[in-house]
Amino acid sequence: MSIVLEARGVVKSFGHVDVLREVDFTARAGQVTALIGDNGAGKSTLIKILSGALQRDGGEVLIDGKPVHMASPTRARELGIETVYQDLALAPELGPAENAFAGRELLRPGLAGRLGMLDKKTMRARAEEAFTSMGTDVKDLDAPVGALSGGQRQSVAICRAVMWAKRVVIMDEPTAALGVRQTGKVIELVRRVASTGVAVVLITHNMPEVLEAADSVQVLRLGRRVADLEARTATVEQLVGAMTGALDVRDETLGDHQ
Amino acid sequence: MTAIDPAKAPDAARTGTTAKGRRGRRLLNSSPAYMTAVLLVLVLVFSFAAPDSFPTPVTLRNVLTDMAVLLVMAVGATFVLVAAGFDISIGSVLVFSGVCAAKVMESQGGDGAGTVLLGAITALLAGAAWGAINGLVISKLKVPALITTLGSMGAALGAALLISNGTDVRTVPKAMISVATDRPLGVSWLVWVAALVALIGGFVLSQTRFGRHTQLIGSNEESARRAGVDVDRHTFWLYTLNGMLAGLAGLLSLTRFATTTISGHTSDGLEVITGVVLGGTSLFGGVGTVIGTVIGMAIPTVLNNGFIQLNVQPFWQEVAIGIVLVVAVYLDQLKRRRRNQA
Repeated sequence: MSIVLEARGVVKSFGHVDVLREVDFTARAGQVTALIGDNGAGKSTLIKILSGALQRDGGEVLIDGKPVHMASPTRARELGIETVYQDLALAPELGPAENAFAGRELLRPGLAGRLGMLDKKTMRARAEEAFTSMGTDVKDLDAPVGALSGGQRQSVAICRAVMWAKRVVIMDEPTAALGVRQTGKVIELVRRVASTGVAVVLITHNMPEVLEAADSVQVLRLGRRVADLEARTATVEQLVGAMTGALDVRDETLGDHQ
Repeated sequence: MTAIDPAKAPDAARTGTTAKGRRGRRLLNSSPAYMTAVLLVLVLVFSFAAPDSFPTPVTLRNVLTDMAVLLVMAVGATFVLVAAGFDISIGSVLVFSGVCAAKVMESQGGDGAGTVLLGAITALLAGAAWGAINGLVISKLKVPALITTLGSMGAALGAALLISNGTDVRTVPKAMISVATDRPLGVSWLVWVAALVALIGGFVLSQTRFGRHTQLIGSNEESARRAGVDVDRHTFWLYTLNGMLAGLAGLLSLTRFATTTISGHTSDGLEVITGVVLGGTSLFGGVGTVIGTVIGMAIPTVLNNGFIQLNVQPFWQEVAIGIVLVVAVYLDQLKRRRRNQA
């Protein structure tokens, strides 16, 4: 599978604190790439840079092999990168379809559209189609999102991202607040998203979940990538070892710290 | 802000995903439906109590005329409240716009349509200017809307008093007064203007992108920002339009009373917000309809007219509305709590 999104030697510091020290990262089309690391390893900072919310101090970000400059989240979205934030950023009073098209409303053709009139029917139909094709259990398209369960809300947020992502969907801890059953459903959904051909970047703390959902696992520690593993062959011990630095992993950059 | 808290996210089995839960929720959600029922009950009660005078075209005309000026402002207030904003300054902006228009018409002289047109433009611009100031302070300087509009409420009234030297301007052109007495299809022009504003407002809020973005900002501002909506710009326009509608209301008030009625609008802002909230618009943003606002504004007016006809002290209206308002907001909060925890 081809590399869609790549970070090469990305550097970022806040004041005197070097958060990212030449970090590398790769995400491939049609695969779930898990990004893990202990608190303070630089996951969030890297994700913010990849989604346009923060600007890097050095290094390169490449999309389809070409260097890009993402000055804002809007620019990142134009490049086909969608982010599902941990707080989901849904409008609780509006319905699933209305949320799916938030900020990207479709207007009616002709004069009505020029007056700013919404094409509610088409938006609803397309949202329903997206929810169904992703196999989500959002049945009530008229209920405000605030009335849905946590898992359903997560589904709405993920489906919204998938509807618009041409290349990459970044998910920040999508199962952090969910129960076992709903976590299972969301993981299924994550797999289905990848099967549509986009690259999925999954940030999570849950190790078994990483091995279940991901194709490849990239581990950050102290602002560097210290491991790039195949999820099929990796073990929880390996992951934890790489995160904490207890285990020697193949990446040679680890040498600096020992 | 009522951001979703995933930590409190409920389990699917316990939420309103059952048909029963859904039905119950929808019923609770339809505040305008409620208030329509309340309005109908009021009309029926008054009609039985005063069968000769209440259920007549004259009463209908009086109610509609009484509502018209406040309704124009209430449409603007609906947008502001749906966007989780607040504007208490509209009564003073109404007075300021009326005084400006009257002064301009006075200095222009004459009783013709040209003078009236000039006055109308003045009123709209004066209102829009206060709205724009409110909008800038709220969206750019991030001063809370309550404080900003509390400040402009005082400042606009003070400015109106400065311009008019503290006395009402009574030199309203005849062409304008004739508009108030002219009744095409049985009701005053004031009512037609208010109806047109409500129709356009209702369309914009429920059917257009501008309306959708208003709801989005009121429901979750951060979500709107991340979705690429220019929240500051939208907020600025909301307050500007709201001010302009207060200017229009100032013009209508001038037409109706043939004087600037400087001291008669101190409670307009609160009356408007009361009516809008009665009509099901949430004080916390994200929810609201213009049809609800029309009904919410009609309830106090019908009470007032009914009490007068029954020789009940009309002050009871204020007592009744006060109680109904508190109950309505309590129900709204209850609804939200249930939804977010259920």
